Amino acid sequence: MAAPLLDVRDLVMHFPVRSRGIVSRTLGHVKAVDNISFTLEAGQSLGLVGESGCGKTTTGRLVTRLQRPTSGQILFEGQDIANASPRELRPLRRDIQMIFQDPYTSLNPRHTVGSIIGAPLEIHNLVPKNKRLARVQELLEIVGLSPEHYNRYPHEFSGGQRQRIGIARALTLQPKLLVADEPVSALDVSIQAQVINLMQDLQKEFNIAFLFIAHDLAIVRHFCPEIAVMYLGKIVEKAPREQLYMSPKHPYTKALLSAVPDIGQVIAGGRRERIRLTGDVPSPINPPSGCPFRTRCWKAQDICATMPPPLEKKGGAGLAACHFPENTNPENTNPENATRDAA
Amino acid sequence: MTQNSKPFLSVEALTVNFPTSDGIVHATENLTYTLERGKTLGIVGESGSGKSVSSSAILGLHHYNNAVVSGQIWLDGIDLLQLSDKEMRLKRGKDVAMIFQDPLSALHPYYRVGDQIAEAYRAHNRVTKRAARARTIEMLARVGIPQPDRRVDDYPHQFSGGMRQRVMIAMALINDPTLLIADEPTTALDVTVQAQILDLLQDLQREFDTALIMITHDLGVIAEVADDVLVMYAGRAVEYGTARALLTKPSMPYTWGLIQSVPDVTASVDKPLRPIPGSPPSLVNPPSGCAFFGRCEFSERVAGNRCAHELPKLLPIELGHSKRCHLEDTSIMYSDSAEAGVL
Amino acid sequence: MIAFAVRRTLIGIVMLLAMVLVVFVLFFAAGNPAKDVCGKFCTPEKLKQVTKVYGYDQPISQQFGLFMKGLVVGRDYPVNDAYRAALEKSNPDLVIHCAAPCLGYSQHDASTVNADIVKYAPVTISLALYSFILWIFFGVLFGVIAAVFKGKLLDRITVGVTLVVYALPTFFIGTFLLQFVAIKWRLVPYPTYVSIADGGVAGWFSSLLLPSLTLALFYMAAYVRITRAFVLESLSEDYIRTARAKGLRTRVVLFRHGLRAALTPLISLAGLDFAALLGGAVITESVFNYQGLGLLAVTSARNSDLPVLIGLVIVAGAAVIAMNIIVDVLYAYVDPRVRLR
Repeated sequence: MAAPLLDVRDLVMHFPVRSRGIVSRTLGHVKAVDNISFTLEAGQSLGLVGESGCGKTTTGRLVTRLQRPTSGQILFEGQDIANASPRELRPLRRDIQMIFQDPYTSLNPRHTVGSIIGAPLEIHNLVPKNKRLARVQELLEIVGLSPEHYNRYPHEFSGGQRQRIGIARALTLQPKLLVADEPVSALDVSIQAQVINLMQDLQKEFNIAFLFIAHDLAIVRHFCPEIAVMYLGKIVEKAPREQLYMSPKHPYTKALLSAVPDIGQVIAGGRRERIRLTGDVPSPINPPSGCPFRTRCWKAQDICATMPPPLEKKGGAGLAACHFPENTNPENTNPENATRDAA
Repeated sequence: MTQNSKPFLSVEALTVNFPTSDGIVHATENLTYTLERGKTLGIVGESGSGKSVSSSAILGLHHYNNAVVSGQIWLDGIDLLQLSDKEMRLKRGKDVAMIFQDPLSALHPYYRVGDQIAEAYRAHNRVTKRAARARTIEMLARVGIPQPDRRVDDYPHQFSGGMRQRVMIAMALINDPTLLIADEPTTALDVTVQAQILDLLQDLQREFDTALIMITHDLGVIAEVADDVLVMYAGRAVEYGTARALLTKPSMPYTWGLIQSVPDVTASVDKPLRPIPGSPPSLVNPPSGCAFFGRCEFSERVAGNRCAHELPKLLPIELGHSKRCHLEDTSIMYSDSAEAGVL
Repeated sequence: MIAFAVRRTLIGIVMLLAMVLVVFVLFFAAGNPAKDVCGKFCTPEKLKQVTKVYGYDQPISQQFGLFMKGLVVGRDYPVNDAYRAALEKSNPDLVIHCAAPCLGYSQHDASTVNADIVKYAPVTISLALYSFILWIFFGVLFGVIAAVFKGKLLDRITVGVTLVVYALPTFFIGTFLLQFVAIKWRLVPYPTYVSIADGGVAGWFSSLLLPSLTLALFYMAAYVRITRAFVLESLSEDYIRTARAKGLRTRVVLFRHGLRAALTPLISLAGLDFAALLGGAVITESVFNYQGLGLLAVTSARNSDLPVLIGLVIVAGAAVIAMNIIVDVLYAYVDPRVRLR
């Protein structure tokens, strides 16, 4: 079996917290990403979901090497880029690109759309100067904008159109992996679907792998066949979407899913019972011992405080890190039953 | 809705315009709706649809920008638009209160949360500082902030997002308002926290028999809390009715499109999403016909190109359900969506 | 907070030392200071003697070491040890002790640089303080008024006037005030500096009115516009909408919620502008012929009096660094979000 496009192993990112004395000392670490592993095949999509502060954005920044991880390996096409120098990273920047959340702040307002999209061509000197314009116009067309717009400035476009520009910029170098960090959450609902469809078309057409980072469970489900749920810097569950949404194994996944307001239930009539998590996510500086979720978990027992549950198979195709997983009865993996269970 | 007595809140032909250098922005045009105590009206729309502008008008917040407000806003038998600045100020924060989308920017960063809440209480009650503080701590406890007697002296940045929104709710409800306007109160929050806040708002609404206007772009939130729903597009109401009627039988193509374009946590993932093409029209030079013309899939089903030239009226289609649309046979929408496998 | 202040002070001292080094190397290595001291009618023999007596024959590192020693513990002049020892016996009055922090000795003025600066500093400090109070008070006042009446006539007049004032050069304003207010219309007596010791507070106060006003007008114009912008920005914040939604009086919304936030960035600006003035207001002091540090700098530069120039640069730099620390501490005091580290 060939090596996967992206193979992340034991990735750790700790940010030091310093004291305020005359001479600053390191008091502890924010464990933003705490020992996570996952793989992504070429042309596939992996969803990374979780609440703010769970480390999903940091993970994206590590994979694109905007930050250097504390430890762990990031194998891209078999080559470890976790500690690559800026010089070594240069060719990789072509293969790994990023789409950002806010299309209003991630485009330089003083550059024309043409120079924003064309800049990577210039930096990597890939296309001869006289053909750059043609390439930019081609890219604009690919993302559904008019090729004549290359001379305009970002403020002349709406939010959805700006995100298309951001996607065109990311596509310029024909990357193999796109890290999309909340690519549609700043957009209006009716526009979100346009951008999601565009990304799906592009993925098929150019065989691009997506690391799709978002908090919106419905959109992640729509986009990614496999999804990892993060909590306090750790992956607590990773499973194919059918299983994750129909019969989640980790209580946190279950709670997260049941918290999503859903119009389907009203149409179906009646309101479902929801699992209510109490309190806030604990501080990542001093996470709970054992299982990070135990302080908010309704199933927590003594062992949860002493032994961190390993991420392992709990029935079905996926992995979960829990001592007392949900939905482990074989008959419960039937989607019909599972829906009723969550309802 | 009783036929004889006036409803508790009755907004009639509300129009809000902003003169700008580019021309007059028609932010809200001829908006009419009613709301009883203890009930929730959900106002749905995208950015620029006029949903926030129209609600700020109820608080008289447009006194402070050069907006032109006309129409009538009857609250408990008084037309708020006829009140003097001072009379309106005495109603603000007392009879009508508001909570906002981003609690971090809506709270003053330099003052302790307790002082900010007490300030709202003392603006409408002649009480000592000590009494106001006691009342503040009581409210903080009521909205579920742990250790309220200690946290009362913290600054906004020391709270998490969800706790900050609880602080905002405590501030809004400290004078027992009869009408509460919540402007995207959970948009900036994580889903599990959103669920907590929505529960809290509904609990408090039941306890104080408050009329609640919930402004949101999220149909899921609407499904969760609203009794009635008003859909706004380009400054006008385009569909208005009970939540059940509107969500199960959307009759205006825009509402239908919104429901279609949202991926559902249970819907099929094989079909692409059905986005609404294009983007909303300018509010400076609104089109002469239907504002949704150009994005609407069904306008060619209306004879004589009426959608392009004639603004449809908001007309009842059944009891408690009206729409602004020329399309008479809405069954074509359902045959279409059944195909898409959503409804 | 104290730990922060201590740490920032230590960093400030390091920065100051680095600055002294750069200034010293630039001034001494670039030219031939002995030639400047030797003067117009220099002969080769005299130059040789001066070089030796003043220690300019020593390597630059050694000269810098001596200078640093003077800053820390003080030193004696002339520099050459043998020469000084001889002088001590023959003519002890000519040996000059310069106490720490010794900034150097000016042959031209025949005094230590410290003495020069102490002599000229009161005028500059008085001017800086006086104009600072004027410009902050009126600048912020008119800035707030302009912001509150944004777009109205009062705002347009204020903005228009400040633009004109801002565009007028200081020497023009100074000369105008001097020629018309003092000389032609005789609204105030001709300004000459009177110290508090000589004329009491009232005398000091009136003697500084015109030059301080000259200095303040330029800053005032700038601060009206800055304040206006900050207040307008603050008034468009979400928390102002919250304050209004609470039903607070306009006055409370404006001052307690709006102005408070706008003043914070003003603190850092004002602190640095004030510090810059402590280095001397060259044009104003020249126009009114007030003996301040600015004028001292001009004369020293004209006379190629390097020791004085070095001393002035160090003093001005120290003022900026010190104000920076004060501003940072103040900032943390007014903005609870700023945690000092």
